[in-house]
Formats: sequence, structure tokens, C-alpha cells
Amino acid sequence: MKHARIVITGIGLTAPNGNTLAEFRRNLLAGVSGIKMTEVRYMGQWPAGLCTFDPLKHQKKKDVRIGTRAGSISIYCAREAIADAGIDLAARDKSRVGVYLGITEHGNVETENEVYNISLFKYDTKFWTHHHNPRTVANSPAGEVSLNLGTTGPAYTIGAACAAGNMGLIHATQMLRLGEVDLAICGGVSESPQTFGIFAGFKSQNALATHADPTKASRPFDKARNGIVISEGGAIYTLERLEDAQARGAKIYGEIAGYCVNSDATDYVLPNPERQAQCVRKALDNAGMTVDDIDIVNTHATSTPQGDIQECQAIAEVFKDRKEPTAINNTKSFIGHAMGAAGALELAGNLPSFDDLVVHPTINVDDLDPLCAIPGLVINQPRSVKRVDALLNNSFGMLGINSTLIIKRFRN
Amino acid sequence: MTKDETRKLVIDIISDIAPDEDLSAVKPDVRLRDQLQLDSMDFLDIVMELRKRHGIEVPEADYMQLASLDSCADYLTPKFQAKA
Repeated sequence: MKHARIVITGIGLTAPNGNTLAEFRRNLLAGVSGIKMTEVRYMGQWPAGLCTFDPLKHQKKKDVRIGTRAGSISIYCAREAIADAGIDLAARDKSRVGVYLGITEHGNVETENEVYNISLFKYDTKFWTHHHNPRTVANSPAGEVSLNLGTTGPAYTIGAACAAGNMGLIHATQMLRLGEVDLAICGGVSESPQTFGIFAGFKSQNALATHADPTKASRPFDKARNGIVISEGGAIYTLERLEDAQARGAKIYGEIAGYCVNSDATDYVLPNPERQAQCVRKALDNAGMTVDDIDIVNTHATSTPQGDIQECQAIAEVFKDRKEPTAINNTKSFIGHAMGAAGALELAGNLPSFDDLVVHPTINVDDLDPLCAIPGLVINQPRSVKRVDALLNNSFGMLGINSTLIIKRFRN
Repeated sequence: MTKDETRKLVIDIISDIAPDEDLSAVKPDVRLRDQLQLDSMDFLDIVMELRKRHGIEVPEADYMQLASLDSCADYLTPKFQAKA
């Protein structure tokens, strides 16, 4: 079956080290981390990645008060993406605009806040806010975007743990190809550091990063890595069918080449490198590509002792027959793990490589773990390369969900 | 507690509930909904803040008493005085 070609025409993002793609990219090439020590309720100071965008750029104060942090992140990114794409929403059929946002989870922040709130009133539930339910329904961040933009097409979230960022783009691609919408506003968002539960959960799992210097806490592939740095953020794209984008003379960042989503079916939290490798292979098949076509692999690696090794095994196995090693990097070393936003943000950080032919590095690798020492790793310094025609972006999540997305240079 | 003080307390709450609104010229005898962007959820917020900040309960049957600043003052001032 011949599919419609789908292209990326706009990007809006907020990351712990940048509130625009240009700022984000500049910091990725300059080795600038966005991780700082942050006060976590009940737990004291922990490294975390918080974003500094101004919610009031696109929202009224009242909307910020009533809505959620994930909603504010989503609205900021969506509005910036639409502006970047040069799309005049007022002139479009708003019933043909879809909003598809990947999330790891939603509602924990608001629930924790309310439990804390009623704790100040002897747990009397008459002090529980009437805003709780609209804030915590799973479609909330996407719904806030539709409210803000006035779009009346489908607007919902895709729950896929930490594979979700890719899932937003994959689902949007599918909906555009099905002809359900003409414009997709899609990507991934996370407000995770606003909840103590995710910190406490990873700490109990012995998977929460510690380091005296917070900028060095997220250190995938380094021997001294000891866990995840929790971050918030968002990256939202405008996706269009190629003919629609060309008809309006849109700037094109890249084209969706292929993807795969699969499941481990083996464990609640432990990854499965065999299924990860299968996910990458199926994505290559879906794209009609081989490993020789891929110029950058952006890893999911979260700086956990075991997970990083397993992903490296999976990549090494898939790419073992490549003539020259492909460049392999990791964005979490700068921004921590932005959960539902991770895949979408990490893709954005690498898209400029189509233009500048530079691969951003994985920072904080002072002592490379030999079990992660796969060919092609770009460590600590950016690397100039001769060709960047295709990026492969991995994002994996709990309950064994894997997503791989391949973006290729746009050629008419 | 005087009625003027009650009006000020209600304005303080509304300034948090509707932070984008200019409250400098609110007419006390005109329905709040007719001069400010307030919906039913906002009125629930006002009821909640009266409960949280001042320990004042407004039963659902009495919500109409919060229609204007003047009606708020008439209805709430005795409640404040009873708590004093």
C-alpha cells in the first residue's frame, strides 16, 4: 500500500536547557546541561530538570490557575510550533486539526497537590478542589491545547510510558494518512518533576540518580551512572501531508520515514533488548531502509546501570553489519529523562543535524563503561560528519513498550 | 466585621480566582457575573476560599446570595460576626 508522505513543518519546545529549538540546539552543541538541584516535597533536594518558559506568553493567568503544568507546557509548545510553521489557524477548518500528545502519565501532580492540601485541613475532603477531575482526566493536556487554540478536531493523549514522545508523532502520521485530519499538532509532554511520587518510586527502585554536581547526575554509558534524573518538558510538531505543506510553501524539517511500536511482554519494568532490537529492525523495514541508511541513532538510555547496557546490546546487534559505525548519541545526558516528552525532545535536538552535519554528543562520560562501548558513540564533544540523511530515535517505556521513529532528510 | 470589610475580603478572593480582571471599578450593586468573566466553577472557587480562609460555609441553596458584592456583604457579614 502506498502511503501519503508526511513531513514536519514546525517545532515548538521547552527543555530544561532551552525554550526554543535554536537555544536547545546551541546548548546541546556547547555541552550545557539543564539539570539543577530542586526541592522535592517530603524528600529534600534532588537533581531535576525544570523548564523556564513563560506560560503567560500564550495563556491568561486564570487559565494557568485552572489548568495543569502539563497543559501549560503543551500550550506553549503547540503555539510555538504553529508560529514556527507559519500556519494561520484562523484561516483553516479547525475541525480538521488533530492534537495528539504522548504522555507517560497524567494526574499524579494534581492528585498529590490535593492530598497535600487536605492534609492541612485534617484530611477533610470538603476541602478537595472541584477542579480535580478535569485536571486529571487522561486527555487533559491535549484538551487544554484544543481549548486554547479553538481547534475542534480530535484532541487526546497517547499513554505510552517513556515511549510516548515518539508515539505522538507516529499516531499523528497514521491519522494524516487515514485522512482523519489535515494538520496534526503532535509530540510529547511531561510535568513529572512536579510530583514527589515519581522521585520516591525511582528511589525505592534504586534507580534515582545522585551526584554532588547536578549537571553530572545524568550520565548514560559512564561507569559511575547510578540512575535517572527526572525532568519536565515538551516538544510539539506540526505534521502535514507533503502536498499540503508544499501547497502553502512550508519550510520542511524532515520526513517521516518509518516507525515501529512493539511490546516486550516480559516484565513490568525491566527492558528486553531482544524486543528493542526487533523494534529497531521493524522500523527500518517500515522505512524501506537498512542500517547503512541511518546516520544518527539517538538512544533512549536513561543512565541506569542495567538499562543502558541492554540498549547498547540491542543497537550493537542490529547495527553489527554496518560498513562504518553510525553516530550514536544521547540527549538525556543534558536534560535528564523528560518522560513523555523524551522521545519528542530528543528528536528535536537532532533534527538540526540535517543542516549543520554535526552530531551532538553524550556528555558526562568520564569513564566509559566497557559494556556500553559500542562503535560510533559520540562522547563529550560534538562530531562533524559527512552525511546526515536519516535519524533513528529510540524511546522505551515501562510495561515493555518500545517505539522507534526514523526521520529522513526531505528530498522532493 | 463591617459590610465594607466583607466586600474587601470577597474582592481579595476574586482577585485570586480571576487574576486577569480589573477589580478597581466593580459596582457593588451589580451582579458579579454581569461585570466580570466568572463562571459557575469560579463561584465554587469563591465558596471554597471562604471555607478555607475564613471557615465560612455557604450551602448550595444560598449560592444566589453571592450574586453581587452588596448581596455578599449582606449575607456573609453576619456569618463573620457570628464567628468573631
